[in-house]
Amino acid sequence: MSNPAPQPTAAAPEPTQVADATEAVVVREVERIFPGAKGATVTALTGIELTVHGGEFVSLIGPSGCGKSTLLRLIADLDEPTAGDIRVFGKTARQARVEQAYGIAFQQAGLLPWRSVAANIELPLQLHGMGAADRRARVAELLDLVGLADFAKHYPDQLSGGMQQRVAIARSLAERPRLLLMDEPFGALDEMTRERMQTELLRIRAETGAAVVFVTHSIPEAVYLSDRVVVMSPRPGRITAEIDVRLGEAGERGEDLREDAAFFEGVTAVREALHGPAAAAAAPRGVDVR
Amino acid sequence: MTGLPDTAIATQLTPPATSEPRRRRTGDRPLRRFARLVLPPVALFIVLVLLAELVVVSLGIPPFVLASPSAIWTQLVQYAPQVLEATLVTGFNALVGLVIGAVVGVLLAIVASLIRAIDGMLAPVVAAVAVVPIVALAPVLYTMFGSTSEVARIIIASLAAFVPVFLNTLRGLRQVRPVHRDLMRSYAATRSQETRFVTIPSALPHFFTGLRIASSLAVISALVAEYFGGPRQGLGSAITTAAASSAYARAWAFVVGAILLGLLFFALTSLIERIASRHR
Ligand SMILES: Nc1ncnc2c1ncn2[C@@H]1O[C@H](COP(=O)(O)OP(=O)(O)O)[C@@H](O)[C@H]1O
Ligand SMILES: [Mg+2]
Repeated sequence: MSNPAPQPTAAAPEPTQVADATEAVVVREVERIFPGAKGATVTALTGIELTVHGGEFVSLIGPSGCGKSTLLRLIADLDEPTAGDIRVFGKTARQARVEQAYGIAFQQAGLLPWRSVAANIELPLQLHGMGAADRRARVAELLDLVGLADFAKHYPDQLSGGMQQRVAIARSLAERPRLLLMDEPFGALDEMTRERMQTELLRIRAETGAAVVFVTHSIPEAVYLSDRVVVMSPRPGRITAEIDVRLGEAGERGEDLREDAAFFEGVTAVREALHGPAAAAAAPRGVDVR
Repeated sequence: MTGLPDTAIATQLTPPATSEPRRRRTGDRPLRRFARLVLPPVALFIVLVLLAELVVVSLGIPPFVLASPSAIWTQLVQYAPQVLEATLVTGFNALVGLVIGAVVGVLLAIVASLIRAIDGMLAPVVAAVAVVPIVALAPVLYTMFGSTSEVARIIIASLAAFVPVFLNTLRGLRQVRPVHRDLMRSYAATRSQETRFVTIPSALPHFFTGLRIASSLAVISALVAEYFGGPRQGLGSAITTAAASSAYARAWAFVVGAILLGLLFFALTSLIERIASRHR
């Protein structure tokens, strides 16, 4: 299949109406208001409507403070909405968390520094009572998946930032979740490492078939990785546009895609949605204006 | 944080060990590193001893001003059994005090970290203990427990050791990174799992830092407490006895014993601290 041009704003192939449980995430009229200083409040999110289909890769993009992390934390049940409803595979967010329906990776890798790489990856398996032999086998698989087989006995402080992030991703995949939540996992990496990690993430995602909700503030990153880019704006945080950018099946996307015309069209579409057409026209094509 | 005055905390806390990421090479020839670490100060020490010997002998300085290293050495050899015995007595008091102070410090830190109200009650008390020169209690305690008992000295060492262990452990227990809390919540971990897998490992290096500071304080307090009375055994008693009978070189020999005791406590607790905070 060749790469079809992205279709900005237009709803691409109409998703067949299916039962709630096959949708990975359904967010309905969600609002999150934080109490601020001296009785003032911060409306981090308002009127959020979002559906992530099973196996779909959706990026959340927007300037910092627009509520991307807050939305992800609500889906993960690390925080609760002040209004609205969130379903993950048809269950409440809390139930989904308790049943381990998702894997999560943060901007800071969040590894436990006193545990080796292997021990970090097996943490969720150990917490949920998997036997030692099964754990060892699963950790070996995951180490291969993220290309760190030689580093099992190393400690996080002996790894580069990119390697730490790979460990965190392996850990998030440990229990084969059908949904991955990622909050700027490559935000702290240099550009070259970042591009390599993106390609690796696409490969892993093709292998696991998981749905992904991916927070980023990089336009090229969102376009390169996603089936759909959700654009958000701050004060109050809300969704302003959704752009379909299917550049091809995850497994078929290679590095050369970054130089493809369809890729640049996707970048332009997202940029226009973020800044308005005038700003997008003024900026040179294909340059990241994060 | 606790409501302690900054000065009280500053003397009992060391800067966080996590200030910068350190990368360690495995297999960096430990012997050579040890040599590079230990040889320079040892060489300096030898030079200073020789210099002191030269100065004392050539200028004819009287022993009550400064005993010559050779005279101290002679006394140290001659009184080796007595120095060893005195060191054991003081060392035992310091060790028991350190253990009691550490245990109480850890227990109270756990309580304070769990219950805000208790933290509010404990903080001012600990602040008071932190700024009081604890050995000043010695004469009072000797009259309370009788002048033939070592209990007063052990209590003083315990009090001195308690403060840094309590403060550092409490700080460590509050040092769990938010991302680790989120992670454990995302795993739906139980409270006891969170304590075992995250809270205790996060606090351990801080506890051992407190223990290292406490070890020196325990030795100093146990020894200085002997200056104020109590049974005539232990390094402090021996030093005052020797000095009172004008045996200055012998007094210095016991001082050497005190220095070695302090170094032993410090070296052991530093080693434990290093091992505990290897991968931070
Ligand atoms: N725990 C909190 N308490 C108060 N305000 C918060 C909290 N978390 C986020 N906010 C506010 O909500 C808004 C959105 O934050 P966030 O979701 O972190 O944005 P983003 O991830 O898009 O940069 C910001 O204005 C932030 O200050
Ligand atoms: Mg964020």
